[in-house]
Formats: sequence, C-alpha cells, structure tokens
Amino acid sequence: MKRTIFEKIWEQHRIEALPGGVDLVLIDRILLHERTGGIALRRLLDRGQPVFAPDQAFAVMDHIVDTFPGRSDKTLMPTGTEFIRMTRDAAREAGIRLFDLDDPAQGIVHVMSPELGIVLPGATLICPDSHTCSQGALGALAWGIGTSEAEHALATSALRLRRPKTMRVTVDGTLAPGVTAKDLALALLGRFGVGGGSGYVVEYAGEAVRALEMEGRLTLCNMGTEFAAFTAIIAPDGKTLEYVKGRRFAPTGAEWEKAAEQWLALASDEGAEYDVELSFDAGDVAPMITWGTSPQQVVPIDAAVPAVGEAPGQGTESAQARAREYMGLDSGTPLAGLPIDAAFIGSCTNSRISDLRRAASLLQGRKVAPGIKAICVPGSTSVKRQAEAEGLHEVFQAAGFEWRESGCSMCFFAGGESFGPQDRVVSSTNRNFESRQGPGTRTHLASPETVAASAIAGRIADPRRIAS
Amino acid sequence: MEPVSEVSGRAIPFGRKNIDTDIIIPAHWLKTISREGLGRGAFQALREDPANIFDQEEFKGAPILIAGDNFGCGSSREHAAWALLDMGIKAVIAPSFSDIFSGNAFKNGILTVVLPQEQVDRLLEVARTDPINIDLTTQTVTTPFQDRFAFEIDPFRKHCLLNGLDEVGLTLSRDEAIAGYETMQAAQMPWFAKGTGLAA
Repeated sequence: MKRTIFEKIWEQHRIEALPGGVDLVLIDRILLHERTGGIALRRLLDRGQPVFAPDQAFAVMDHIVDTFPGRSDKTLMPTGTEFIRMTRDAAREAGIRLFDLDDPAQGIVHVMSPELGIVLPGATLICPDSHTCSQGALGALAWGIGTSEAEHALATSALRLRRPKTMRVTVDGTLAPGVTAKDLALALLGRFGVGGGSGYVVEYAGEAVRALEMEGRLTLCNMGTEFAAFTAIIAPDGKTLEYVKGRRFAPTGAEWEKAAEQWLALASDEGAEYDVELSFDAGDVAPMITWGTSPQQVVPIDAAVPAVGEAPGQGTESAQARAREYMGLDSGTPLAGLPIDAAFIGSCTNSRISDLRRAASLLQGRKVAPGIKAICVPGSTSVKRQAEAEGLHEVFQAAGFEWRESGCSMCFFAGGESFGPQDRVVSSTNRNFESRQGPGTRTHLASPETVAASAIAGRIADPRRIAS
Repeated sequence: MEPVSEVSGRAIPFGRKNIDTDIIIPAHWLKTISREGLGRGAFQALREDPANIFDQEEFKGAPILIAGDNFGCGSSREHAAWALLDMGIKAVIAPSFSDIFSGNAFKNGILTVVLPQEQVDRLLEVARTDPINIDLTTQTVTTPFQDRFAFEIDPFRKHCLLNGLDEVGLTLSRDEAIAGYETMQAAQMPWFAKGTGLAA
C-alpha cells in the first residue's frame, strides 16, 4: 500500500480507532503562548486536572508582550500584564517549560520551536494558534487548534480526530531571482483561493519546493492556514536533517542515526494517491502584493487593482468592492508607486535570519523615505542575536528602521501598539484583514524584499529594480 | 455541557462568504481572560451600519445564524465561538466552515450544519420572514414551507452534542490504550516520548 507522508505519520500516531470513524491520535508536542495557551492551561488547572505530560509541553511569551527595547510585564495592551502573569503562573504550576520575556531562546512560537528542535520531523504537534501549520515545513504534522482542544491535549496527550483529506500541490520550475517563498505562497492563494485547501492536509512538493531552504519552506507552510488547510507539510530531506541536527531538543548519537533513517522514510511513496492534486509553475511567479482585505486579493507587483469582473477567483464582486473602498483604491490603479505610510518586517511568516539578511542587503547604504514609519521585529531573540553578530541591526537602524525585541508585534492589533487609521502599510505578515494591524489600517502583504524596497521608495516598489 | 437535540427559531440571514474570526470578534475584544460578554463585540464592524441584519428587532436573540462559504476562517481564537454563544447563537448553517472554527464551535455546544449552497440560499430566503428548525436526531433542517434538507454530521460529535458529553472525560477513560501506545513509542521513537526530560 503506497502511502503519503501524512498517512504515515497519522498511522504511526493512531492509538486506536474509535467508533464513528474517529481516531484517537497521540500528540507529541504541545506549544502554548500567552494569548490563548495560558487560558487553556489555567482552565485545566482550575478544574483540578493535571497536565498528562508536562515535559512535552512548552510555553512562550510572544503575542502580547511589547517589542520595545527594555520591555517588561507592562504592556501597551491595557490588560496584557494579566495574560503574561497568568501564563507564567500556570506554566510554573503545571511544571511546563516556559521561555519567558528574558529567556535567550524566547521568540515567536513558530520561529523558536524549529530553532530549538522542539518540532521534529514525523512529530504530531499542536498549538492554539492558526499558524502552527508553519512547522509542517520540517515534515511534522503540526496544526492549529482552539482553546478547548488544547485543554484536551494537555489533559490526555491525545486528540479525537477525523482523518483529514489529502491534497498535493506540486510546484515545478524555478523561482526567478528576487522572487521568494512568500511570493509563491501569495501566488498560490491568488490562483486557488482562500478556501482552496479547506479540510485537506496540503503537501507541498515539486522541484521548486525542494529547492527552498528550510526558512523558505517555513514561510510557504505558514500561509497554509490562509489557504484554509487543516495543515501544510513538506517531506523531510537532506536539508531538513541538516537543519535539525544539533538543535537543543533534537536527538543525538545513536538515537539521531535511528531518527534520521525513520524521518527520511516518511517521504510520500511514489504513486501514493491524494484526494486532490494541484500543480503550479514557479516560473510564473513574480513578486506579489495584496491589494485588498483577503490574502487571495493579490496581484504581481507590476499589475493593477483588478477591474470589476476581472478577478472572479478573488472574492465576490461585493467583497471586492468593499475591499477597494476599505483600501482606498480604484480598480485599475497600479500597485507599484502607491504612496505608503509605514513598512513592517516581522511575524511568523517572514522574520527569520535569511529574511532579515535579504532585506538588509537592499537597505545597505540607503535610507527609508522621509515620513515613513519603518519597523523590523526579529522573529526570535536568537534571530536578533545572530543579526546583531552580523551587523544587520546597524544596516536597519542606519536606514531608519526601528530595531525591536522579538515577538508577534504589529502583525495584529489587540489593543496595544498599532498603525493609524487609513495608514497604508507594506507588511511581511500573513493577514490583510480589515483593521488587522490597527483600526482602519490598510495592509499590503508582500515579501521582506518588497517591504524594504517600498520603505526606501516611500511607495510600493518592485525590489527587482533596486540592486542589492 | 448542555445536551442539544433541536434548535428552532428565527435564523439571521447573513450569508456572507469568508467571514473571518476578526470579523466575528475583533481582536481588541480579546482583552480579558473571561469569556462572558463577548456578544456585544460580535460582528462589531458590521454593526456600525445602522441597517445591519444583526440588530434588526426580529433577529435579536435568534438562535441560528446562516452564513456563506468558509465561515470562521482566520485565527484560531475560540472567542469567535464564545461570542456567538454569548449572542444567543446555538447553531450555524453554511456551505462550509473552517476546520478550527467548527472544532471550537462543537466544543462549546454550537451545532454547525453544512448544506449545499442552493439549500443555504433557500434558507436565507425563508429566514427573512419565518423560523427554521434544525433537528439533530434526524439530521434535518426544515422550514414551515415543507423544505426538508438532510445534513451529515460526524457521529461522534452528534453523540456528544445529543448527550452533552465532555470529550476530555471520554478520552481519559482510554488511559490504558494511551499508556500502551506510549510504551511502544518510548521503544521505537524515544525522541518523541514522554519522560525524555525535555523540560529539564
């Protein structure tokens, strides 16, 4: 029987089949953050229910903490301190390892977990956070759940699940220079729509996916949730093993040898069948930028806001009309050249060291245009340290970027720091929903290169036109 | 959890597609660690329009919401389900739901009913003037005009909803199976296993 990677991991973790087509599946790793995880843990402890395997759960502060230098438990979000302290106390009480504000390994959960080898190929991993699919880039089955399911997993180390369907998205061809995993992720959403992956474990395959480095794969899988997928996954290969080896929680010695052999065998068998197969040519992808308020409302950077009836796959006409109104854009307006107010590099999508290096190479010796608020938030304290060792912080700061402590920061507005109403922001994040980055804020999603190029130009700019 | 067997009454004929959890409950309502009172923040941006459907007198307190494709996409926040519950919603009908949202809804005793678009369109029409009935036991949605639409539901979810069962308790009763699995895993995949000292 030929099997996909998903089927192999699922069957390896199935404790038993329950009546009604539901499987009881073992969960290897549970990640919690102070926005949703602390609540799950607190509710469990308040019911007198212990955590089943505290050594397989990890907590981190990323969502609510401020990212200003010299930060503390005090937050701009009015009730943020309450979340931070509740999470800290609950983690201590439950005996769960916490990466607190001042921990050298603190970071955005989907950045720090791969860095530390918490997520491993072949593992089942859950976190009450929709972007948990990012971690499928290592060949793990990692998916986002809600608070109640997190309580369930904490109490039992297992979840009751219906087996999701399988989809393979094969991306052949080669990404052109200056075109990144982020552009690919956005182009896939533009082509197949934000509902395209609903109910599926989406396996990304093909030569363009294999050619991506691990950090690019994390970016691609990150936006699996924008595709409505159950999760995204990429088969482990030599690059995966090289990335995992030597990380803090990765196996060592003879165990490493055994694990590495098992992980390479997880790749989908030749001829394995999927419920749905899609294919895409990487050569067709240009630097992409969203024009609307859904990640599927996206065009190549040298294109214009679609006219009525021109982009039937990007939402209903009324949704597109509403998006144009919210974004303050008429159909036919070219994206490149639109004046911007702010530029943001950060988030679990694009805040890793390679993202910062590529952005810095464009910023080197240049200045952010006058009046533009430009912010760089490294994805983890480790990324920040590495960037500082390479002198990247000086490049960002000399250009006029703020250089922050790590966290989710202004990827979303939760009552703390935000951009202003009608501010036009080019952002390396993952969601451009109405008011996502501040009440009335207009978000354009793009790669870190496009954000850097636009910050310099003071308007949306094609990074390929700026020599690095 | 309270058992659910039937949801009957007015249904809000909303119908919009791709409603994300930021629209259901904007992030700035997630400031407290309590789940009460979120109904006031539900669909806040849409309710700024005085003509919005949610605040029309006849739909206040309606137990059913009829939505479009991909309802509940976006962030995993369970507050979306809590906000609907706090509004008085006990069931949502749509052509499709985001997986995380439908899981969260179920865990909070909200019934999610998937029907084909044309049947949802018909219900949107009926709901403007008349009540709708959802019978979980027979898995049917009916209207006063003899419409009768059958829906599928995961048998386990149906069983839990009908009996108001707590899933965690059910899984804990499988402790022997879980422990047996873990013994096997500790031998075959020790790098994942419980008790490997990761938290040390």
